[in-house]
Amino acid sequence: MIRLFKVKEKQKEDAENSRGVVPVKKQSAGELRLQKDITELNLPDSCNITFPNGKDDLMNFEISIKPDGGYYKDGTFLFSFEVPPIYPHDAPRVKCKTKVFHPNIDLEGNVCLNVLREDWKPVLNINTIIYGLYHLFTEPNCEDPLNHDAADMLRDHPHVFEANVRMALEGGYIGDEYFESCM
Amino acid sequence: MADSIVTPSRSRDLDKLLLRPGNLVGPTFEPGVELRDDLREYARILVVGAGGLGCELLKDLALSGFKNLEVIDMDRIEVSNLNRQFLFRVEDVGKPKAEVAAKRVMERVSGVNIVPHFCRIEDKEIEFYNDFNIIVLGLDSIEARSYINAVACGFLEYDSDDKPREETIKPMVDGGTEGFKGHARVIVPGVTPCFECTIWLFPPQVKFPLCTLAETPRNAAHCIEYAHLIKWDEVHSGKAFDADDPEHMKWVYSEAVKRAELFGIPGVTYSLTQGVVKNIIPAIASTNAIISAACALETLKIASGCSKTLSNYLTYNGVEGLHIKVTEFVRDKDCLVCGSGVLIELDTSVTLEKVFSISLGSAVTSGLNIIVDYHKFGLVCVLVLGVEFIHQLEQHPKLLLSKASVTHRGKNLYMQAPPVLEEMTRSNLSLPLYDLMGKIPKDIVHVTGTTDKHDKKTSCLRKLRVAFKGIDGVTDMDMAGGA
Repeated sequence: MIRLFKVKEKQKEDAENSRGVVPVKKQSAGELRLQKDITELNLPDSCNITFPNGKDDLMNFEISIKPDGGYYKDGTFLFSFEVPPIYPHDAPRVKCKTKVFHPNIDLEGNVCLNVLREDWKPVLNINTIIYGLYHLFTEPNCEDPLNHDAADMLRDHPHVFEANVRMALEGGYIGDEYFESCM
Repeated sequence: MADSIVTPSRSRDLDKLLLRPGNLVGPTFEPGVELRDDLREYARILVVGAGGLGCELLKDLALSGFKNLEVIDMDRIEVSNLNRQFLFRVEDVGKPKAEVAAKRVMERVSGVNIVPHFCRIEDKEIEFYNDFNIIVLGLDSIEARSYINAVACGFLEYDSDDKPREETIKPMVDGGTEGFKGHARVIVPGVTPCFECTIWLFPPQVKFPLCTLAETPRNAAHCIEYAHLIKWDEVHSGKAFDADDPEHMKWVYSEAVKRAELFGIPGVTYSLTQGVVKNIIPAIASTNAIISAACALETLKIASGCSKTLSNYLTYNGVEGLHIKVTEFVRDKDCLVCGSGVLIELDTSVTLEKVFSISLGSAVTSGLNIIVDYHKFGLVCVLVLGVEFIHQLEQHPKLLLSKASVTHRGKNLYMQAPPVLEEMTRSNLSLPLYDLMGKIPKDIVHVTGTTDKHDKKTSCLRKLRVAFKGIDGVTDMDMAGGA
């Protein structure tokens, strides 16, 4: 290709008579794939999506989930999604922004959901994660706890757990922790 | 040829490759002194990364007759680099890798000029990368490879027959190692698969479930990840963890030790903490040397044509015995990064969806153009004036795309769903695409939607090359047809 390099170099020296096509950075393949995921979202009525940074930043968005059954019925829980540039090779980072007493969500908002970490595959999509999150509220799982107290209570005294969760949803203390109302 | 033999040349071994004809050479090979001199004069090579591979690459390329080299790396030298990054000395610790590496090679190899760039690859203007003939990658992350690949493929242009225009091809040579394993590959955008075409080759990163970290840690790495991912946020609410800050790393280490004691787990050390948190893979100097040597030779072959190049992916595996294999991967023809996309020619008045004025006269004229263009160029492009863009996508024989959402350079021009985005972009529907795209004569647009494949609706994401007719800077099909 050296001939070509030489020709190009000569052209550059001769004049800057390029056609004025300035290459711009393309969207990353991850952004494009995400765009496809977003247009194909099939959200249940109880879920809502918002884009805090406007229509041109799809890599950061928020999902609110309002379970229509189970312990957490009628609460509204907000999750932030941060999608990495190499999506879907890596899963989005998801945090729960609503403080909640839940066996699989800790008080800092970390979420223990298999598809977010060890079971993430590029064939999965944003919809999968949202359904996974929704499922956490209808079927909290005390086998894989992230909030130990919540998991123990759910396993040993489900009625006490239920009463505590209802109270926390309306705003109140569980032990020393205060939970703001999210109804 | 006689001239070159008179003065004993430092490049006498290289001369054997470059000055003599042969049967196994590349198709464009023209042996001779001129080739050797041109290689020095005109070949401009960028080495991305000045670490384990980068040090080897710079040395190899400088000794292979390349004179104009540049190197970019954002890192500073650490003590742990010194076992294999042989251009660095103890007194260099803390200095930028790119600067020291460039200096050391220039000291040893006379006549070579290496310009260092101590910065992130994303910090450079895109045009910076266009200045090089070949980009050689000595990187350790998928993200960085993906970025450079996108930049290099971004220079690629296709002609109206969907053939890559040779002068816009920016070849890359990519090396990578992981312990005893490594790969070297040649990426010629538009000709061989690009990084994105075969990204599925990479296995997913091992990630531990958060609940295992929180509840049932079983090994030292679990304890470290607990301190890094859970405990850090608990204690430093809101403060981001910085893996390059030794104070942060020490904090994680001490928390991991506490955690390990609690569960009676042995093996947490500071270096393991760094390894787990920064996802460091043990590097072996000789693997780097083998892979870099392969990459440097491929670079020489691409530039000079003195031999056919690797086609196109070499894997080296020294884990159990030694296995070396070359695989010819194939391009993803619909690749969003290096693919040609579907050419669509439009009039500047075409709106996204709403029709404002249809002139019967122009519709007829454009109907004629289809025939003319088709015969002259073998183009499959639909030129129907007055029919809005999104509707054209449904009718286009190569697309048959309904419910299209449209993006251009990171701007979402129209999104069919979800409703919140549809609402935000709806007002664009009545605007001409030409205006929405910033009055650029031609550019790439991406569309997503559904298409009917074998009577089954499938979702798809496609790349389009939109060109506006009659605008300066674009081959005017009408003029060509009429001339």
